[in-house]
Amino acid sequence: MARGAFAVTPRWPGALTGALVLVLTLGTLAAVALRAQWDGGLSTADWAAIRFTVLQAVVSAGLSVLLAIPVSRALARRRFAGRQVLITLLGAPFLLPVIVAVLGLLSVFGRGGILNAGLGALGFAPLSVYGFHGVVLAHVFFNLPLATRLILQGWLAIPAERFRLAATLNAPVGRLLEWPMLRAVGPGVFLVVFLICLTSFAVALTLGGGPRATTVELAIYQALRFDFDLGRAALLACVQFSLCAGAAVVVWRITGQDAMGAGFDRVVQRWDRGRAIVDGLAIGLAAIFLLVPLGMIVLRGLPGLGDLPASVWIAAGRSIVVATISATLCVSMALSLALWGGRAVAVIGVLPLAASGLVVGTGAFLIVYPFVNPARLALPMTALVNATLALPFVLRSVAPAVAGIQTDFGRLGAALGLRGWAWLRIAVLPRIARPLGFGAGLAAALSMGDLGVIALFAGDAQETLPLAMYRLMGAYRMESAAAAGLLLLALSLLMFWICDRGGRVDADM
Amino acid sequence: MLTCDGLRLAQDDFALRADLRLPKGRVTALIGPSGAGKSTLLSALAGFLAPVAGHIAWDGVDLTDLSPGARPISILFQDNNLFPHLTVAQNVGLALRPTLRLSNTEKAQVAAVLDAVGLTGLGGRKPGALSGGQQSRAALARVLLGDRPVVLLDEPFAALGPGLKAEMLDLVRLKLAGPERLVVMVTHDPDDAKRIADDVVVVADGHAAAPVATAALFDHPPQALADYLGKRVG
Repeated sequence: MARGAFAVTPRWPGALTGALVLVLTLGTLAAVALRAQWDGGLSTADWAAIRFTVLQAVVSAGLSVLLAIPVSRALARRRFAGRQVLITLLGAPFLLPVIVAVLGLLSVFGRGGILNAGLGALGFAPLSVYGFHGVVLAHVFFNLPLATRLILQGWLAIPAERFRLAATLNAPVGRLLEWPMLRAVGPGVFLVVFLICLTSFAVALTLGGGPRATTVELAIYQALRFDFDLGRAALLACVQFSLCAGAAVVVWRITGQDAMGAGFDRVVQRWDRGRAIVDGLAIGLAAIFLLVPLGMIVLRGLPGLGDLPASVWIAAGRSIVVATISATLCVSMALSLALWGGRAVAVIGVLPLAASGLVVGTGAFLIVYPFVNPARLALPMTALVNATLALPFVLRSVAPAVAGIQTDFGRLGAALGLRGWAWLRIAVLPRIARPLGFGAGLAAALSMGDLGVIALFAGDAQETLPLAMYRLMGAYRMESAAAAGLLLLALSLLMFWICDRGGRVDADM
Repeated sequence: MLTCDGLRLAQDDFALRADLRLPKGRVTALIGPSGAGKSTLLSALAGFLAPVAGHIAWDGVDLTDLSPGARPISILFQDNNLFPHLTVAQNVGLALRPTLRLSNTEKAQVAAVLDAVGLTGLGGRKPGALSGGQQSRAALARVLLGDRPVVLLDEPFAALGPGLKAEMLDLVRLKLAGPERLVVMVTHDPDDAKRIADDVVVVADGHAAAPVATAALFDHPPQALADYLGKRVG
């Protein structure tokens, strides 16, 4: 329906948000492009970083998708106690601060981790988790759940009637139904994970490093923070943007549909159950792989919680403030864009997907650096950039709800003369409380766990909780780091829960 | 009097012409085959569809460029006539004040109009807690309270059973129709028209015909209506 005929909300908030996003994505890109040292070209180390970035992303994405196939198939066709909890938990890594997950993985796979303790007891040489396989391990840890959820959606989207038909024909379900679905869904999932791994910073910062395991994002950070070589940092930022933009365009073309939909609660009834032990093994191993590191965070974190340095608590307070501001900002931006509607908004809403924290951060750094000490802007910058980076995800949850209200009730509102603030307050806000709360929770958790922009900008006086935790790890104060990690995990989940819960209260409709 | 002067509507490959004079104090039914443009015409009258050419006026005042809320017109759609998250009283109160902040006098008015449509004491419920017929009554209550001179009904009772639908139509006749008001209803059922309409406008073949008194029309149906009725029976 042509909305222009009876537009009921003013357009300026949407336009303002659009402008802000453009400045933060394309504006910062222009800043880095202008400052980049083009004449020197890329050094051998830069090429190595590019190769490593792409290679680890390909391997991480490939492994995540391959491993996700048996797990999602098992979840699609088995009904067991705790299935719903497990599927919900599969959504958790999205909220999990990267640095916390890395610490959890280290306590399992690291030098002093339980795996090496076991291997040592059996007389084997210890495994090292640093470098290429450490980065891939962490990326699979993060993205296996995502890939599983996405492929599970594909599995559950196969109509039950088809399985019934296949059963009556005694036809091979795998070749007839499942393989075509995987061929349709698989490439999109692979690309989404690939894109996420391309922009990986915190994992490479903690598990990578050195000439053989440096991502472009990490190289940007090192050029800026250690060498203060603005020209090279800017050049690398341009490289990173091209990589991401290329991948993002392909992703967007292949996966138009909603990646975070609902409807996981049904089990398709089918007649070819396969071997229960295979499914049990797939689910069991995946659960162990995901849950043990999380359990270790709690286990190792609890003892040190009592005597955390005061500075960590102060950093936690800072993080809460930043996350709250970031979430508020992100939700306001998403709402004003959604109300604006239209094609330009669809583009502006996905633009941040092609941006990465370090590219935007570097651009912002270059813009503010001549005028003010960037460290003084560390916290506002972190809030702003994180709000922008979270925007595509929040928009995906809010925009369809807003569009639905326009379709269902736009004419009623217009006929009643509901416009502007009254329309927003009476019709829109109460009806989108759920996606809005979910979006706010997402944005808050993402900002809470951010270790990208903040690392680029902050001095000692602007330390957030993830940064404080990283510095504790760097100083080998592992017990305090584990306690800080537990605190960060708890705060992230708590902020998400409060927002999400807030949206569900009194939402009877 | 509601007038359509040289009105031309177009949507994709669909087009409709209308030159109409609909006097106040009457209930007028728009009847015709589905897809003929009955609802489209109603949409244009309410202000949701801008005409390609021509004018719409009420008592000589041109409405063509007014937004839906600014027209002297209330409309009930096929569905979504109530906000599900607001109480019945709030939904009805929107007719008085699109801010939901009602004075005590206004609250009394809401209660009175709920009494009038047979929803006494149900103002605190949400639409989901009402039956289909009660929801229709609540929507009618809002139109009644809005007290605008033109009321358009785009088959709002189509989802109700025949008995309930007849009850609602009678309620429209009893409460909404009046000497100062024009009620225009879309229907595909001749019995609806016969039940409460004074006049009938046949919409067919891209054209809205001039209103004809209901009894006279069904006694001597024009070709377009005869075709429609014949197909319906056969």
